[in-house]
Amino acid sequence: MESNMDDEMVSGDGGPGRRRRVHGLLKMYYGLNEEGKDSQEPESLDPCDINGPHFDPEHYLNKLRRECSLAELMDQETLMVKQIRSLDSDMQTLVYENYNKFISATDTIRKMKNDFKKMEDEMDCLSANMAAITEFSASISGTLQDQHAQITKLSGVHTLLRKLQFLFELPARLNKCLELQAYAQAVSSHRRARCVLQQYSHLPSFKGIQDDCHAIMDKLAQELRQKFRDGGTSAKDLSQCVELLLQLDEPAEELCDKFLSHARSRLESDLQGLEAEIRPYPVSAVKDASAHRLSTTAGATSPTHNSPRTSALPSPSSNTDILEFIDRGCNEFVSSLCLVITSYQELFINHAQTGELASKNIPQMANGKLHAFVDDLAARYFSLVERRIQEEKGVGDNSLLVRALDRFHRRLQAVAKLLPGSAVPNKGTEIVVRAATERVKQYLSALQSFYMDSLTDVRQALATPRLSVAGASGTGGGALHGGLASGRDAPNSLPELLSSLSASILNQIKSVLASVHLFTAKDITFSNKPYFKGEFCSQGVRESLVVNFIKFVCQSSRQFCESAGDKGGSTPPALLLLLSRLCLDYETSTISYILTLTDEQFLVQHHSPVTPVTTLCAEAREAAQKLLNHYVKVQGLIISQMLRKSVETRDWVNTIEPRNVRAVMKRVVEDTTSIDVQVGLLYEEGVRKAHSSDSSKRTFSVYSSSRQQARYAASYTPSAPMDTNLLSNIHKLFSERIDIFSSVEFNKVSVMTGIIKISLKTFLECVRLRTFGRYGLQQIQVDCHYLQMYLWRFVSDENLVHFLLDEIVGSSAHRCLDPAPMEQSVIEVICERG
Amino acid sequence: MEDDAPVIYGLEFQARALTSQTAETDAIRFLVGTQSLKFDNQIHIIDFDDENNIINKNVLLHQAGEIWHIGASPADKAVLTTCYNKTSDSRVVSCAAVWRMPTDWDTGSHESPDDTAHNPQTLELLCHLDDSAHGNAACVLWEPMGDGKHVISLADNHALVWDLQESSTQAKVSSTATLEGKGQLKFISGKWSPHHNCSQLATANDTAIRGWDLRTMSQIYCIENAHGQLVRDLDFNPNRQYYLASCGDDCKVKFWDVRNVQEPVKTLEEHSHWVWSVRYNHSHDQLVLTASSDSRLILSNMVSISSEPFGHLVDDDELSDGDDNHQDDKSKEPLKDSVVSTYEEHEDSVYAAEWSSADPWLFASLSYDGRLVINRVPRALKYRILL
Repeated sequence: MESNMDDEMVSGDGGPGRRRRVHGLLKMYYGLNEEGKDSQEPESLDPCDINGPHFDPEHYLNKLRRECSLAELMDQETLMVKQIRSLDSDMQTLVYENYNKFISATDTIRKMKNDFKKMEDEMDCLSANMAAITEFSASISGTLQDQHAQITKLSGVHTLLRKLQFLFELPARLNKCLELQAYAQAVSSHRRARCVLQQYSHLPSFKGIQDDCHAIMDKLAQELRQKFRDGGTSAKDLSQCVELLLQLDEPAEELCDKFLSHARSRLESDLQGLEAEIRPYPVSAVKDASAHRLSTTAGATSPTHNSPRTSALPSPSSNTDILEFIDRGCNEFVSSLCLVITSYQELFINHAQTGELASKNIPQMANGKLHAFVDDLAARYFSLVERRIQEEKGVGDNSLLVRALDRFHRRLQAVAKLLPGSAVPNKGTEIVVRAATERVKQYLSALQSFYMDSLTDVRQALATPRLSVAGASGTGGGALHGGLASGRDAPNSLPELLSSLSASILNQIKSVLASVHLFTAKDITFSNKPYFKGEFCSQGVRESLVVNFIKFVCQSSRQFCESAGDKGGSTPPALLLLLSRLCLDYETSTISYILTLTDEQFLVQHHSPVTPVTTLCAEAREAAQKLLNHYVKVQGLIISQMLRKSVETRDWVNTIEPRNVRAVMKRVVEDTTSIDVQVGLLYEEGVRKAHSSDSSKRTFSVYSSSRQQARYAASYTPSAPMDTNLLSNIHKLFSERIDIFSSVEFNKVSVMTGIIKISLKTFLECVRLRTFGRYGLQQIQVDCHYLQMYLWRFVSDENLVHFLLDEIVGSSAHRCLDPAPMEQSVIEVICERG
Repeated sequence: MEDDAPVIYGLEFQARALTSQTAETDAIRFLVGTQSLKFDNQIHIIDFDDENNIINKNVLLHQAGEIWHIGASPADKAVLTTCYNKTSDSRVVSCAAVWRMPTDWDTGSHESPDDTAHNPQTLELLCHLDDSAHGNAACVLWEPMGDGKHVISLADNHALVWDLQESSTQAKVSSTATLEGKGQLKFISGKWSPHHNCSQLATANDTAIRGWDLRTMSQIYCIENAHGQLVRDLDFNPNRQYYLASCGDDCKVKFWDVRNVQEPVKTLEEHSHWVWSVRYNHSHDQLVLTASSDSRLILSNMVSISSEPFGHLVDDDELSDGDDNHQDDKSKEPLKDSVVSTYEEHEDSVYAAEWSSADPWLFASLSYDGRLVINRVPRALKYRILL
């Protein structure tokens, strides 16, 4: 308890606990006991609690005296004194504070009292004044009542009079306006008066005014209409005119028509200007052209008026390029069309929607008319543009066309914005699409003709130095123009011709692709149309341009085979060979290169099925094969022809003993050698069947006298069947059937084999049709031996040559009246001498 | 299956000339002429027994020379013509003659079928068709379906119409036509048209085909450059009067409409060497037989230019009761021209092929080594054409 006291006392100087306790004490002092607090503090019941309400000093003192020592008492006493002192000072402070407050409150109250008194006086004064004012006011209003009523009435009469005056003056005013051409003012004046006049029209005077006004307004309307009809006015005037007329209750439909027809006449003059720029048709086509013009202008308001004018028009500048033309079309026609559309919409549609006209379905009507009008004119414009585009035949500069189309398309977008539901932009896009496809077609035909021209060049180049082939110093006389000019200096050898041909074709394709690529350039408005993104790339460029060109190359190659077949080699064989190599190169690399190039450039997304590379390659290979086969055939036939003539024109029964190899055979060998060189320039060697290192020796062994003798001996014996047996035995030896005009492989040996086969087979068949004398047979023997000596090296399987030559000698022995073969050694001597 | 297997017959000599015995309509009979410079040449009469698949042969001697062409009279079974080469004084001359087969060749062969060679009978010469002024004979043509009184021989650049009198023992030139032009022109072959009352002839020389009117002996049409090389043979479509087939050294077979000779109606390029013979089937002209020196024989079904391009029209109705759809499919199918079959039994150049005059489904071909092969039209095709 004491320690508690001590603690409290010690810390009592400034803590909040102390202040609260002080408050509590003060409260207690003033009897402001908080209810409930008592019961909560049971210790306060303790009489020894010095702070409690039940404190009993006696009891406390007794308790202290009983319990504490002197020293403690002393301490207690000092503590107590200290506490009492501090409590006193607290008390004093409080009292002082309260006192001060009380003083100031008293001051305030006193001051207030004074002020209120002053205010009361003023209020009294005010109420007195108010009473006086009220009194005055009442008296004034009483006096003015009468006059006021009069004034009101007068002013009413005044306005009425003014209105009447307006009405009476209206005709004059209107007339004046009319004179001054202030139509807008006139109309607005009339509008203001109209209702009134209408309302009071039963009064004769008003009726007269109304009639006058009507007359004037009619005149005005007439004048406006006249102005409208004249058409010399500017678009702005015109629209104003229309606006006024609309306000005058003119039938909107008629106005629309008039407006449009007026606009039409102006647009038509633009169109005629455009038409005049289109190059006049060639004389032969003039009739058609004028008919066409008539039909195109048939939709116009006055075709009879138009057509003579157009046909009479000279063609001042037929050579304006397409960009200029389109520019002019855009600047003149399209922009005035846009202007017409805007002002029309402004007048008849937007305006009407707000005004009272909206109820009459005028916007719809007007809109319909506008669409029909725009469609009609645009169709004519488009037909002109298309005609102009069709005249763009030259494929030189595609960028001009693309730019023109772009501008054309871009400007139509304005129409699209103005006229959301219109089909015009779509049609414009269609025209662009058509122009693009047409262009692609033109490029295709340009490529094709380029190809054909190149072939003609090659043909010339082949024809000219052909004379100097043997000399090998070909002067390159074949003047090559265009892409083949590079071959001018160097001798026109086949590989060079081939490479320059294929390079120039490839370059041409690349440049065409580049030109066509302009259609899909990013900055071209129509390039993001779905057509140009998809179909144009895949169907247009890839299929109808590139694929078709490749097909054309193959096809034209095939045509060389077919047409030349009957006329007997109108195509130089070297060209066939060259083309065959070209097609083969196409098959191996060029086609896939071109198509990859195309696909890369155009980012073709194939929605529709496209020709796969393999098909084209197969086609090219087929063409190459056909060409090579044809080459073999043609060359074979040339040699065959020599052999055939040599066999057919000779009297083999009465011929002299052979002393020489016939010149024809030397010629055959020569030609074969030069063909071999020619083919070797373009095709690889190819594979031969393995043969012994010393083939020429073996050659003799085949012709060894023993075997030959055996065969001829067989002919002497009466048992003819043995001979046929022998023949069939030989056949069995070469059980593989020899196809004479069969397909050859793409190598030199195979080609040469084919040619030699054809030649020798012809020789054989011709021999079988003749009858030989002894020396005839011997001559054939010599010739065959000579051929044997030289031809084996060209073929893949020399046995083939042996076999065929055997057959020839055998057959001629059969066809011999006196078969006495020549000694092998003599044959050899003759051949070596030759 | 067995029936379709080819029947092969070997001659001892080389041979080029083959004909069917035109007047014989019951037995299947072919005549073959041999080519030998050293021995007596023969005419082999090949009888084919269809039921037993057996060949019976009879040999007649043709001592005059090697036979290049043979023709059987359409009226008299026993009469035939040959073109042959005769050598005299180291000169080779081509001649033509009318012959009669001995009447008893048939009986003789039956008695000793094995050794006919030992004792062959000889042909009886009726008359020579020679006119020394007209050069070497290339072929002799009988008037088709005629009475066996008229023949045409082609000799060098002349076409001679002969009247055979006194039962063919005398021949008289009734009219001639001459091919005129630069160089040495020579007829290679020809064909007497069975149409227009047998008043037309077609000939081949070099690369051209010419038509002749026999009444005036003047040229009526000319197909220049019909083939790239020599034209070897011709045949008329037996049912379509203006259609003509030709073949030649350019390995092609071409079909012509002689009213428009600018372009062939159709071209076949199946052979890999010269085509020596082309023959229309006598009854079903879609079947065309071609023989070539590539040792092959090709049977083509040229439906699109035949006289029955849509098949047998009557049969659609007849067969419509059965399974209709199936029949419909079948009737549309044969519209395509196609190679029916390629026959590779020969091992040397095939110079001649002929249809039998008795059995339209049977044909023979002859290669240079003397091998005669008798084949039939494949049964499936036969039924499709018939049904």
